[in-house]
Amino acid sequence: MATVGPAATYSLRQQYVTTAKRGPITRLLEDERRLAFCLMLPTVVLLALFIAYPFVNGILLAVTDTRVGVPGKFVGMDNFAKIWSDDIFHVAVWNTCLYTFVTTVFKLVLGLWLALLLNRHFRGKAFMRAFILLPFIIPTVLSTFAWKWMFDPTFSVLNWMLFHAGIIHTRINWLGDPVMAMVSVIIVNVWRGVPFYAISLLAGLQTISPELHEAAAIDGARAWNRFRHVTWPLLLPVTLVIVLFSVIQTFADFQLVYVLTGGGPANATQLFATYAYQLGIGTGLLSQGAAISLAIFPILLLVVVVQLIYIRRTETL
Amino acid sequence: MIEGAPWRRWVFFYVPVTAFVVSLLFPFYWMVITTIRPDSELYRPWSAPNYAPFWTTHPTVEHVHDLLSETLFTTWMLNTMIISLAATAISLFCGLLAGYALSRLKFPFAGSIGTAIFVTYLVPQTLLFIPLADIIRNFRLGDSPWALILTYPTFLIPFCTWLLMGYFKSIPKELEECARIDGAPRWKAMVYIVFPVAIPGILSAGIFAFTLSWNEFIYALVFLSSPEQKTVPVGVTSELIRGDVFFWGELMAGALLGSIPVAFVYSFFVEYYVSGITGSVKG
Repeated sequence: MATVGPAATYSLRQQYVTTAKRGPITRLLEDERRLAFCLMLPTVVLLALFIAYPFVNGILLAVTDTRVGVPGKFVGMDNFAKIWSDDIFHVAVWNTCLYTFVTTVFKLVLGLWLALLLNRHFRGKAFMRAFILLPFIIPTVLSTFAWKWMFDPTFSVLNWMLFHAGIIHTRINWLGDPVMAMVSVIIVNVWRGVPFYAISLLAGLQTISPELHEAAAIDGARAWNRFRHVTWPLLLPVTLVIVLFSVIQTFADFQLVYVLTGGGPANATQLFATYAYQLGIGTGLLSQGAAISLAIFPILLLVVVVQLIYIRRTETL
Repeated sequence: MIEGAPWRRWVFFYVPVTAFVVSLLFPFYWMVITTIRPDSELYRPWSAPNYAPFWTTHPTVEHVHDLLSETLFTTWMLNTMIISLAATAISLFCGLLAGYALSRLKFPFAGSIGTAIFVTYLVPQTLLFIPLADIIRNFRLGDSPWALILTYPTFLIPFCTWLLMGYFKSIPKELEECARIDGAPRWKAMVYIVFPVAIPGILSAGIFAFTLSWNEFIYALVFLSSPEQKTVPVGVTSELIRGDVFFWGELMAGALLGSIPVAFVYSFFVEYYVSGITGSVKG
């Protein structure tokens, strides 16, 4: 924080001490509650208008049979019953859970590894840290196109590399094969997410005092034991928060799959969000689309509540 | 550093670090090389004997030229810039005021409003885009930049508020109290004393908000329809693909140029950006 010299303090004082007469508005804002009300007003209005209202509207949509341009009538839980017995919806639920679980595990392990590597002193560290974040800051859609081009069945540079390394003998049909399509989508998500995990975990690592490590080393603890019994327990609270954020984002992911496979082939990579988009916007079945995206909510809520309870518990330990 | 023999240093440090850096940056290299590669070389199957993936012998700017002259790319860039700047400004304004109120003032329901803002922070865009599209249509905002300028703050404000709240809490209360004793009214103490000290926090929040708005996709995809209103991510997705034909050279040129503003802003403020990430995680 900048220290303010006496001269600067004086000029500052002239700015804000107008003394004598205070306008009616200033007097009004002297009251803590009124000031707080005025300060909170813009935020509350915007969030109410574009979060709370759409949420309620979404529930209202989901219990009618609205289509684009056709005002619907009340149909109760019909839409939910319909998606409950919809096979594609089941596939989407399973895919979303698989996608979230696998990517989170990989992102956590690789991110932690990278963070531990970067937590050393070496030349060019700041430079490297800046470059490593690039996959996270470059617009996802744009970098996903680069991947789509790398996965292209005829022109794939990945196939070329794997072939010349002697790992494969025929081409891999990355996005055309149902299993490989899921693998591809997972690879891109992990690629994009690892930097975020690494940088956040690195920040967590830097708050751990090196003296603890030295003490453990003096007591004869080896590198693995030092990690297991010193670093990991201290890092756990930060890790849980990072995982919470990442799980929510991954669970509701849309753009990556939309660009890479569009949910195909034959719904092999269909997620909640892509399916909701396909039904709600693509086919114009607004209320069914709304019902699907609302179905994310209870699952998301469950995940968040479980994680928050767990975070609370590790914090009070 | 790693203790022990040099080979240990190689195995446990240099090799994995290099592998990480290469695999994280390779797609960007691939974007660049595809952009400057002529079509005749671009559409050569990977199994062809003269497939030379990592360099090109005849670099060309043809794709960039096509992109700039034959598509609306410059318009999309301008749209995205205006929308991102406006959304960031609105979010910073709201976030500053709300963050200050929540961290410094006592008022009824302060706790529950704070929690509510945190919860909206966790609501993903994909949950709300269908009903929101309906609302945008009813407000007659569809297909105009306002649809995005007004909706982007919904995911930016919670983040800005949360980050700035943390920042305000780290500023000692005495600073403000001094000004109040000198006779400054509350709001002036806030604007002239607390806000200037919080500038690093404001920068972090602003840069983070800017990159998030530049990155946003689903709202832009759903709320905008005419080509000249689109943002870069949506324009590149929908206008550079005709049916099943991908114009890969132009696509990669678009991806490259569309990333530059974000990369540029980021390169100047890496430290603020990193503290934005860590601040958002610590809450």
